[in-house]
Amino acid sequence: MTTSDMDPERAEPAAIEVGGMTRAAFLLRGALAAGALYGAGAVTPFVSGALAQGGGGDLEVLDFALTLEYLESDFYNVKGRTVGLKGQAQAYAGMFGEQEADHVNALQALIRQMGGRPAAKPTFAFPASDEVSFLKLASLLENTGVGAYNGAAPSLHSKQVLAAAGEIVQIEARHAAAINLLIGESPTPDQGFDRPLTKSQVLAKAGPLIKK
Amino acid sequence: MSPETQREDPAGGGALQRLVEDDVSRKRFLKALGGAGAASFGAFVLAACGSSNSKTTAASSAAATTSKAGAADSGDVAILNYALTLEYLESEFYEKVVAAGLFKGNVAGLVKDFGEQEKTHVEAIEGAVRKLGGTPVSRPKGKFPIESANQVAELAYTVENLGAAAYLGQAARIQNPEVLASALAIHSVEARHAATLGTLVKKSLTPDGAFAKPAEMSAVLTAVKPFLA
Repeated sequence: MTTSDMDPERAEPAAIEVGGMTRAAFLLRGALAAGALYGAGAVTPFVSGALAQGGGGDLEVLDFALTLEYLESDFYNVKGRTVGLKGQAQAYAGMFGEQEADHVNALQALIRQMGGRPAAKPTFAFPASDEVSFLKLASLLENTGVGAYNGAAPSLHSKQVLAAAGEIVQIEARHAAAINLLIGESPTPDQGFDRPLTKSQVLAKAGPLIKK
Repeated sequence: MSPETQREDPAGGGALQRLVEDDVSRKRFLKALGGAGAASFGAFVLAACGSSNSKTTAASSAAATTSKAGAADSGDVAILNYALTLEYLESEFYEKVVAAGLFKGNVAGLVKDFGEQEKTHVEAIEGAVRKLGGTPVSRPKGKFPIESANQVAELAYTVENLGAAAYLGQAARIQNPEVLASALAIHSVEARHAATLGTLVKKSLTPDGAFAKPAEMSAVLTAVKPFLA
């Protein structure tokens, strides 16, 4: 990685040049080309969803991701211990909870490394009282997590941050598939292409769980 | 990040990436690929680079973009054709597995779904290569050992994990934001397949732990060589 990748200045959205164009122009050109590029292909709605993201800078994206990881980590590590999980559900909650905590630590470290200050952990409220409602909520959180990373990643400036997001989203996808299978849902709810979510779509799904 | 996640830095050492991005270095890139003896895969990467040269010229005159932007597109075509080769193999593999009728009930349904999803990946990537002005690589002929349900599920688990790692290895190299969005939408589906198969064969859902490891193109191409007829 080059030092310029780590320069916090690069996290600012405005005047970064990509091959002679500003990043904004580059993205705009990409957005305009998107319809033509994929035509009748199945990918079009996903692409426009992903491109709707952006404008906030890498640190803002990382803070948003950190909040989601706090949410998932508390869900498994705190809530998961209160709803009487057994068997496979208990095993998944233990394993996934550890991995989500690793994601929290990694994102905090990355944010600091880029000169930012990690967001504080909010307080959460999880509407789950037993194994069935817990797993249903787990499915929502994991699948939303996949869409959130996939939606935000194309707007990242730093290749290092993009690589880190990729390393994490793959794990969220694996969790999502396993939970879905356990509750009798399709492991691939969007079929061949996971739908990226915009920040507001993510907030519509996960926001009600964040108390303050 | 922990040392674990820094083991492979896609944005770093990427000699390949630098060469692909640097228009001036194109000849050296082609030579390096030939010299590396990329065997049956060398041909498609070379073809992709060759065909996108004309696109570079057209793009820079028509859209008055810099030559660097054109070169970036040609890098994406090469990456897409690499992904397409993997998707062709996955797609053919699932076709043969479904035809062999080794699975019953829910599992048969999952295997059929996964095969159909790989087919949609093939179609989407072929379309993307063409739209970027490239030529889709020709479909390789695969050969897959298909003996028993368990052996096939194990092989599918291996192949899907490799596919997920392959996409992850390219993500930071992709220049075009739409191509990146599409690759990510596919990447996480390959991960879902891998985890599902992991539950079937009682192997880890997350063999790399909390952070998935990317795989370099050369390592992936070596790993799939046994499946080329």
